[in-house]
Amino acid sequence: MSSIGGDHQTHHKPSHERGIGDKGALRDFGSNLLSTPIALRDSIIRHGKPTSDRAKSQTIFSNFFLHILPVRTHLHAIKATTTLGLGIATLVLFIILCVTGVLLMVYYKPSVDQAYASMLDIMHVVPTGRLMRNVHRWSAHAMVACVMLHMARAFYTAAYKRPRAFNWVIGMALFVLTLGLSFTGYLLPWDQLAFWAVTIGANIAQSPQELTDAIGITQYFDIGLWQKEVLLGAHHVGQEALIRFYVLHVMVLPVVTTILIGVHFWRIRKDGGLVRPSHADVDTDEMPALADVSTPLKSYGLMAMMKDKTPAVNREMRHTITTWPNVMYVIGAATMITVFAMLLLGYFFDAPLAEMANPTVPENPAKAPWYFLGLQELVSYSAFMGGVAIPAIVVLGLGLVPYLDREKEDVGLWFSGARGRRVAFISSVFGAVTVIGMLWFTVEFGWLRNWEATAHVPQIVITLFNPGTVLVALFAFWSVATVRVMNSTRMGAIALFTCFLVGFVILTYFATVHRGPNWNFYWSQSDWPVH
Amino acid sequence: MTAENNHIETSQRFKPPATRRDFLGLAATWSAIVAFVMATVGALRLPMPSVFPESNSRVKLGRPDRFAVGSATYFSKIRLWLFRDESGFKAISSVCTHLGCVAERQEDGQYLCPCHGSRFDQTGAVKGGPAPKGLVWLDLSLSPEGWIVADTLSDVGPETVLMAQV
Ligand code: HEM
Ligand code: FES
Repeated sequence: MSSIGGDHQTHHKPSHERGIGDKGALRDFGSNLLSTPIALRDSIIRHGKPTSDRAKSQTIFSNFFLHILPVRTHLHAIKATTTLGLGIATLVLFIILCVTGVLLMVYYKPSVDQAYASMLDIMHVVPTGRLMRNVHRWSAHAMVACVMLHMARAFYTAAYKRPRAFNWVIGMALFVLTLGLSFTGYLLPWDQLAFWAVTIGANIAQSPQELTDAIGITQYFDIGLWQKEVLLGAHHVGQEALIRFYVLHVMVLPVVTTILIGVHFWRIRKDGGLVRPSHADVDTDEMPALADVSTPLKSYGLMAMMKDKTPAVNREMRHTITTWPNVMYVIGAATMITVFAMLLLGYFFDAPLAEMANPTVPENPAKAPWYFLGLQELVSYSAFMGGVAIPAIVVLGLGLVPYLDREKEDVGLWFSGARGRRVAFISSVFGAVTVIGMLWFTVEFGWLRNWEATAHVPQIVITLFNPGTVLVALFAFWSVATVRVMNSTRMGAIALFTCFLVGFVILTYFATVHRGPNWNFYWSQSDWPVH
Repeated sequence: MTAENNHIETSQRFKPPATRRDFLGLAATWSAIVAFVMATVGALRLPMPSVFPESNSRVKLGRPDRFAVGSATYFSKIRLWLFRDESGFKAISSVCTHLGCVAERQEDGQYLCPCHGSRFDQTGAVKGGPAPKGLVWLDLSLSPEGWIVADTLSDVGPETVLMAQV
């Protein structure tokens, strides 16, 4: 391999041997000047065109932005059904959000007097402001959706097992951060929706009082009030809260998220790339279909070296391809599709902006963004259980999954094979039936306070025993039973995750479509009373 | 201390006594850790306000003679209902104790919250929905100039009456 730029130094005499008047240096200067563009390129990219295996490896290895990728990638990792591109899509959405977010910051003013007006400015006066705001809003929604789907993908392909256990925990942190970014961003437009959704959110932070009141310790240990005060810097949503949310939204949470995404990616590398089933390393006929598949003499092993079942030095080489350009195509395609979808949404659909915040008149109904609506339904049974305890149980439970289920078999397979597919199917039926049953029961008959005999039960009974806690208990029972019957912790995990996923989807749908003014049940929005 | 001039047999099972160097190293490490933790705690103290913007929670409502006996007056900014009957003045906050929406007073004197449907009777007691406790009754007093003053952060128990000698 020779340098592609060639050597343009024409004089071989060292400079101190040249005499005065010798024109050599001047001539060098001229030819250096002419060849500067090429020399500049060669100084940036210090390897040849990525045609040989070695140069392809170097392309990945010596580039700051690409070197998080291995120089060779397992074929399984770029199969569409392995990741569905969801992790990359999430990353791309996060980048879109950072770029459009910084642009919005140029005009946005985090003050209760000016915030709403600056939103109107951005929508109607600022060049491309409307598009940027729309893209920012739709990307935020899409990122929440992608993070959830990505998590479901990692779960169902059993990617959370050793050695990836802690990366799953980091993923959970990213999930919570993503929701935090959405929640803090929701307040900034300072419209009615924002104000009332965040008022409700802040009071959820205060809702541990429901429990401390019941056991009579609020005056000594008022964690609820403390949480609300730290979040709002006040007792009501106002200027202090707006500034706090702004600081969290544009600075604290993005920085922490960026760092954790870095750690997330770093660990994927160190864990030996994406999870893959054992049969992925068995020779098949379809393999050589990819033009690039070759069995090179050398693996450029040091560049590829990692722990675990990886394209380690000269082993399993036949199942890997060079990352450049194959994986770059995949990443590029996922990026293009994501950006295109967001531009399309942003161009054709305006992000909602209600009237300016009015603390005296609540929105009716005051609905949170869709991903919190399932929780809002639970919150309408008990603020503390639905808003604090159940979410905490879910996040904690999900975080513990890799430590409670350590079966090594069948990783990298969707649902860990046919048995898991059956468990997932039956569990989704069970989840759907219980959730729909509970909802039907509460809408039709109400709950304790609506019945003569139990109208005056103490609050603690309602806190502990309400449709939400009953559902969680049923799900827990179902998954423990699955562990027992199937004699497998993985099957129990699939059962639990599926129940919660189905529950989340149905509750979200129900609260979106069937809850109207006063949180009453309606078949559709057209039945809402006019006022 | 090198291996050659160390003539004393030391058993693997017993830790050699800490040398001065070990001690200093440990002391330095732990003081660094303690300093770091204290600094973090100190930094985290900042967002916890000691003065709240609403610290002046007392609001003047008006002179007693402005309110007729049997009247119910709503102050929308502070979300407060002021009642006057033969016994005197009473004030109830219409902020829902569930998650802070504003409950609306119905014609029959009950309160209905639009957010998750909590219902309260005339005395503010919970009649239905997820609210964990009744609506809050507020402290009323007379200012030196004879104005009725409500304390919006107070909680005085149902039907507390301010006797106003008008
Ligand atoms: C900001 C949010 C996140 C970003 C940008 C992100 C990005 C990625 C990317 C690009 C990958 C490579 C494979 C793929 O595309 O699927 C990946 C893998 C992975 N992610 Fe995430 N992720 C995020 C959140 C999460 C969450 C919420 C979880 C689960 C709790 C999670 C768990 C995992 C696991 C276990 C892997 C390894 C998968 C395997 O080995 O097959 N991540 N992530
Ligand atoms: S805020 Fe009143 S019922 Fe939820």
